[in-house]
Amino acid sequence: MIDVTEEIISSSLRIATPLALAALGELVTEKSGVLNLGVEGIMYGSAFVGIATAAQTGSLTAGLIAALVSGALAGLIFAFTTVTLGVNQHVAGLGMTLLMISLCNTANRIMFTADGGQVRVDPWQPLNFGGPIFSQYLLTYATFLVAVPFVWWLLWKSGLGLKIRAVGENPEAADVAGIGVAKTRYTAIIIGSLFMALAGAFITLAFVGTFTVNIINGRGWVALALVIFGRWTIGRLLIGAALFSLVNAGQLQLRLLPSFADVPFEILLALPFLAVIVGLAISGRNVPYPGAYLKPYKRL
Amino acid sequence: MNSVEGVAIASRGGAPSIFLRNITKAFGETIALSDVSLDLRAGEVHALLGENGAGKTTLMKILYGLSQPDSGQIEADGVVLKIESPRDARAAGIGMVTQHFSLVKNMTVIENIALASAKTFAIDLAKVRAEIVAASARFGLDVPPDAVIASLPIALQQRVEILKALMSGCSYLILDEPTAVLGPNDIDSLLEVIRRLRSDAGIGIVLISHKMAEIEKVADRVSVLRRGQVVSSSLANGITSKELVTLMVGEQQSGAEQRQRSASPSQSPILVLESVGVSREAGGLSDISFTVRPGEILGIAGVSGNGQTELVNVLSGTTQIDSGTITVEGHQLGSNTPQSLMRAGVGILGEDRHASAVHALQVVENLILDCVEKFAGKFQLRRKEMLNHCESAITQFEIKANPKQAFGTLSGGNMQKVLLARLFSRKPKVAIISQPTRGLDVMATNYVRSLIAQASKQGTAVVLVSEDLDEILELADRVAVMYRGSVVGIVDHTAASRESIGELMAGIAK
Repeated sequence: MIDVTEEIISSSLRIATPLALAALGELVTEKSGVLNLGVEGIMYGSAFVGIATAAQTGSLTAGLIAALVSGALAGLIFAFTTVTLGVNQHVAGLGMTLLMISLCNTANRIMFTADGGQVRVDPWQPLNFGGPIFSQYLLTYATFLVAVPFVWWLLWKSGLGLKIRAVGENPEAADVAGIGVAKTRYTAIIIGSLFMALAGAFITLAFVGTFTVNIINGRGWVALALVIFGRWTIGRLLIGAALFSLVNAGQLQLRLLPSFADVPFEILLALPFLAVIVGLAISGRNVPYPGAYLKPYKRL
Repeated sequence: MNSVEGVAIASRGGAPSIFLRNITKAFGETIALSDVSLDLRAGEVHALLGENGAGKTTLMKILYGLSQPDSGQIEADGVVLKIESPRDARAAGIGMVTQHFSLVKNMTVIENIALASAKTFAIDLAKVRAEIVAASARFGLDVPPDAVIASLPIALQQRVEILKALMSGCSYLILDEPTAVLGPNDIDSLLEVIRRLRSDAGIGIVLISHKMAEIEKVADRVSVLRRGQVVSSSLANGITSKELVTLMVGEQQSGAEQRQRSASPSQSPILVLESVGVSREAGGLSDISFTVRPGEILGIAGVSGNGQTELVNVLSGTTQIDSGTITVEGHQLGSNTPQSLMRAGVGILGEDRHASAVHALQVVENLILDCVEKFAGKFQLRRKEMLNHCESAITQFEIKANPKQAFGTLSGGNMQKVLLARLFSRKPKVAIISQPTRGLDVMATNYVRSLIAQASKQGTAVVLVSEDLDEILELADRVAVMYRGSVVGIVDHTAASRESIGELMAGIAK
C-alpha cells in the first residue's frame, strides 16, 4: 500500500510539472489583463520544436533552448496581435493554438513520419535522491523549487510585478502614472510564453522522448482552468494542480487493478477532467478577475 | 407652501397634473436630493437645468421608478402614485428616454417596439408594424420599421426610443440630456419634434439639459437644480440665460476665504499652450492658448462638457494633440505622452479619482505607481522604504488609511488625499488639478483647497479645472473660460466676477 501511495505521489509530481509551468505562465499573462488562449498551441509548438531540434542536433539542451525561442516568438506574435493591434483576445489565442498545432503536425509529417517512422530521442532521466518521490526530472525540481518562488517574487515583490498588476487592473491609471502599458503587457506575455514553452518541452524532452499527434492533450486548457481555480494566486493554483494530478495518477493506478478490468478505461481517463469541472463549479463563482481582463488598451 | 409651489403663474399647461412633493434622496452620506418639489403640466416643456451632480437625473429616475426616494411622494391630479418600477411609471403615463438607450442593438425597430409592448406570448409583428407606421405619422417621427437598430445613426435610434415611449401610451415624457449625443442639425430636428409633441399631442415633456440655447428655443418653464435643491422655477420667458447660469453655479458663499495672490508677473511662463487643437473623434478642441507662470493658479471654468475633460486628457498625455504646441520651461514637447509630460515636470490629478488609481492595489503601491523605479532595489522593491514614504505621506497629508489597505476601500476624501500626496511628492513644476473637491465633504474640500494654495505658494504652477465656480474664484489668479472646445476668454481675478465669467460660460459675451 505504501508503495502504491508513493508511486501515486511520485507520478503526480511528474504530471503536475507541465501543468504548473503552463499555469504559472498563464497567471503572469493574465495578471497584466491579457487572456492567452494560445497556451495549448504554444506548448504544442515548443514540444515539437524541442524534440525536433534535439533529434537533429543530438543535444537535449539545444532542444530546450530552441523550444524557449519558439515560445518567445509565439508570445511576441500574440502580444503584437492583442496589444498592438487590439485584436479580440479569444480570437487571437484560439488562432494561435490552431496555427501551432497544424504547423507542427505538418512539419512532423514532412520531417519524421513520412516513411512511417517517428521522432525519438533519449529523454532526460530522473535524478534519484532516494525513493520514488525523490526520483524526479531536473525540470520538476526546478519547477517547484525555482519557478514557483520566482513567479511569486516576480508578481508580488518586484517593481515589474507591481507594474504588471497595475496595467492588469487599471491601465488608464497606470498610463497616467507614466507606466508603459504596451511595454509591460508585452513583457508579461513573453515571460508567460517562456513558461508555457518550458511546459511543452518537458513533455517531449523528459516525459515521453517522442512526439505524437495530440501530444499536449488539453493540458493547456487545464492550465487555464487552474488559474481561475486558483483565483490568480499561486498557492491555490498549486493546490489545483496537485488535485488534478493526484486524481490523474490515481486513475492510472486504478487501471492496473483487476477489479477495474471491466470498466472502460475512457471513464477513468475522464476522471481528472471531471475533477476540473467540479472544482471550477465549486470555486469558480464570483472569481476576482483582473479589472482590465480581456480589454485592449488604447489612448484616445 | 414652499417657495416653488408659491410661484403663481399662468401657463399654457394649466394646473399641475404631476406633482413631485418634497422628494429627498441620499446615497450613503451624499445627499443627492433634499426636499425637492416640482410640478409637471400636460402640454408644457419643462426644462430641468443644473450642473453635473446637481440631482437632475436622480430626480427623474425617481419619477420613472428606476430609483426610490427616501421620503416624499409623487401625485397625479391629487392622487398619490405608487411608482416602484418603470412598469408602474408607464402605467401612470410617464415615459423616459435615458442617456443610455435601452434598445436591443441587433434587433429591428419593430422587434424592439414589440418587446416593449408585448403582452402575450404570440407577437403579431405585422400588427406592430402597422402601429409603428400609424404612430410615426401621428407624432411626425419617421423611423424605418424594418431596419436593425445597430445600422441606424444615433439620432434615429433616439427617435425609436421616443416613439417606443409614446407608443406605450405615455402623456409625460422625460428626456435625459437628449442633445448630448447629437450633432447641430439633429439637435434642431429633435427640438422641432419636442415642440410638435407638446403642441399637437399635448405631451408634457421634461427636458434635462445644460445647454442654454436649447432651453431658450423650446422650454416653457425652467427649473434650476443646484446641489440637490430647486433654486428657481419660473416661466422661460421671464428669465435670461445669464440669470440661469448664475443660478446654476450659485451665489458667492459668504466668508469664503480669498487666497493671497502672490504670483509675480515678472516671471516668465512655465507652461505655454499655443493654438492646441484635438480632432473631433478625440473630443474636439480648437485654438486653446494660455500660459501659466510659476506660483500662479490658472482656473479653467466652463459649463461641463465644453472641453474641460479633453483639455485635462491632453495635459496628462492620454489624448494626442493634432495641432498647436505645448511648451514646458521653454522646451517644446515633441509629443504629449504621459512619460514626456512627467519628465518635463508636469503632474496630474485626474477628475475621476477611481480612474486615476488601481483599486485592487494597496495604498502604498498606488502611492509609488508613478515612480516604481525609485523604489526598485537590486532584486525587489524596497518595501521598507516604500512604507516609510507612505507613512510620512499619511502624516503630512492627514490621510486616514493604513499603508497596506486596498485603495478601493478608502473614502473619497482619503482617496483624493493619497492622489494629491502622489502628485506633490514628485514636486511637480506644473500641477494639472481637475475637479479636486467633487463629491467631498466640507472638511475635506477645505483641506484640499488649502493644499493647492500651499503648492502654488511654493512656486508650483497650477492649472485648476473645476465646475465649482466658487472654488475657482477663491483660488485662481486668472480664469480661462471654455465654451464649445475653445478658450473664449481669460479674465484676471481682479476682474473676475460671477457675472463676467457667467456670460463667457453661457457663450453670450464676446
